[in-house]
Amino acid sequence: MRLLEVNNLTTYYKLKEGYVRACENISLNLDKGEALGLVGESASGKTTAALSLVKLLPENAHVMDGSIRLGGREISGATEEELRTIRWKEISIIFQGAMNALNPVRRVGDQIVEALRIHEKMSEKEACRRTAELFDKVEIDQERVREYPHEFSGGMRQRVMIAMAIACNPKVVIGDEPTTALDVMVQAQVLQLLEELRREWQMGMILITHDLSVVGETCDRVAVMYAGKIVEAGPTEKVFEQPAHPYTRALISAFPNIEGERYLASSIPGNPPNLLNPPSGCRFHERCQEVIAPCKTDDPASTELSSGHLASCHLLKRKVKL
Amino acid sequence: MGPVNYPGNNNELIKISGLEVHFAARTGFISSLISKNSSLVRAVDGVDFNLRRGEILCLAGESGSGKTTTGKAILRLVEPTGGEVIFDGENVLQFNRSRLRKFRQDAQIIFQDPYESLNPRQTVFSTVAEPLEVNHLCSSMEEKEERVAEALKDAGLSNPGEIFIRYPHELSGGQRQRLAIASALVLKPDFIVADEPVSMLDLSIRAGILKLMVDLRDKKGICYLFITHDLSLAWLVSDRIAIMYLGKIVELGTADAVIKSPLHPYTRALVSVIPVPKKISLAGRTLLKGETPDPVNIPPGCRFHPRCPEAAERCRDEEPLYREVSPNHFGACHFI
Repeated sequence: MRLLEVNNLTTYYKLKEGYVRACENISLNLDKGEALGLVGESASGKTTAALSLVKLLPENAHVMDGSIRLGGREISGATEEELRTIRWKEISIIFQGAMNALNPVRRVGDQIVEALRIHEKMSEKEACRRTAELFDKVEIDQERVREYPHEFSGGMRQRVMIAMAIACNPKVVIGDEPTTALDVMVQAQVLQLLEELRREWQMGMILITHDLSVVGETCDRVAVMYAGKIVEAGPTEKVFEQPAHPYTRALISAFPNIEGERYLASSIPGNPPNLLNPPSGCRFHERCQEVIAPCKTDDPASTELSSGHLASCHLLKRKVKL
Repeated sequence: MGPVNYPGNNNELIKISGLEVHFAARTGFISSLISKNSSLVRAVDGVDFNLRRGEILCLAGESGSGKTTTGKAILRLVEPTGGEVIFDGENVLQFNRSRLRKFRQDAQIIFQDPYESLNPRQTVFSTVAEPLEVNHLCSSMEEKEERVAEALKDAGLSNPGEIFIRYPHELSGGQRQRLAIASALVLKPDFIVADEPVSMLDLSIRAGILKLMVDLRDKKGICYLFITHDLSLAWLVSDRIAIMYLGKIVELGTADAVIKSPLHPYTRALVSVIPVPKKISLAGRTLLKGETPDPVNIPPGCRFHPRCPEAAERCRDEEPLYREVSPNHFGACHFI
């Protein structure tokens, strides 16, 4: 069942100098119980894309174009009022950096109770009971609902964030770098928890990360973003085993792999482009090792390589024709 | 570039034995009136290892294991409360102020976050020139410019002249970390503590910085203590890896030995969760329960036993000896 369908989503930030084209023509979809990984380096537009879905953008951001269908309903033009019924109950977000997302002067339990009372219109008692259940679900001792965020470790705080995100039984959960600041062992614990919850509740999940391995561990499909655009998307196995876009290839080979040979891969030369004034043609052409003439002038269209595996690169057109 | 094993020499540069850093834990005012004995945070609790010239030794472990404190204690950026650090034959812990200042020309540190470790109001030139000025190492402006340019070039910042007058905010993350490396290199150190030097950087620029560090070792014979929580990085760049847990080293050996045939149950669990860039299932991994305990209440016996999947009765009371299990491969566990 299709939960979420996004077409040509385009979000710009307005600055004095002009528009930052942070996210352009993003199309993706998500099925029930499916996990999609949105991977990219910093400033590739992955968080902007996710925040555009629930309109939690800063004031200078403008969604220029695109449609977002959630469970068959178009929500791109929704009013604040309507969005309030969608956020948390239908789409929720696990934010990066739980220390900043939780209110430091309120007990963690109360923060979840509050969300439940507002969104689910529960009574105080009911909301408290549900909060205790949620703590159980994310494997935190129920006794700790009365503690403050600073009494929790990093991994525990992230669990609280997860409990909050799933409090209203959303259909779609967006995880914005949910494990980034955590230790490897704690990261593995949190990922496993998310995986179990997704399977049990059949939630759709979008996982935003810069870490390819997180995607490999949890996602069915992956979309790779570079400079505001999706350059490649497909089933996780396909993308990892037969990466089609030169950027995806470079990214995968830059990842240290203890099962492979012990050598330091070369880094991708140069830096990501300034999105105030993105390069013409393919946005990756200035750093691409395999650049050909049309890359500098024409924006590559996306090519379907196999079922559900798409990539946007001029070289692929050529290979397909040959 | 080939494997990163440095052609072995046994020229020992640093020998650390029984290094301890204990802090008095802060207790509230009221509780300090009630109880007399204040609790101790045993951040580093008896660490032994040595470093050879031109070697890269990785100190790996979770947050709170004491790896950064160990690195800082060697340079006396935090004062050790016990043990010995012998640098080139001399005990660092007995250095007086002027000798310490001289020592810190030979031993440098690079921090994790190049966004915070650089002064935003200092130009590239004055950032790199400052260590020279503080130590009165240059007699003329020309000499100073020459050494700064050389350090920037060594750190892989081409056209040093062009970026002399830039400020850190005008540089990218990778360039900033190169600038931090340049300001360490300008004093021509023998030893650098690199504290998570690439963990703030994107994957695509990480490799460049690591390569630079390895190249500098190959060319100048610099010895690194590379502190990281990322075992796959440790495996890529280092000659030997030491695994720390709650203030102690639990395993130490060559990079391949520690990653490919780990001895200690803690190392085995850490290795099993090393991320790999492919589709894998979550089964088949050893997930440890909970997080590193508080270094105020270090468990008795083997400090890992409350989280150890293989813990036995003996582990609860008896602290395992840190010993050489096979040639050059050390571990501290009763069952290895």
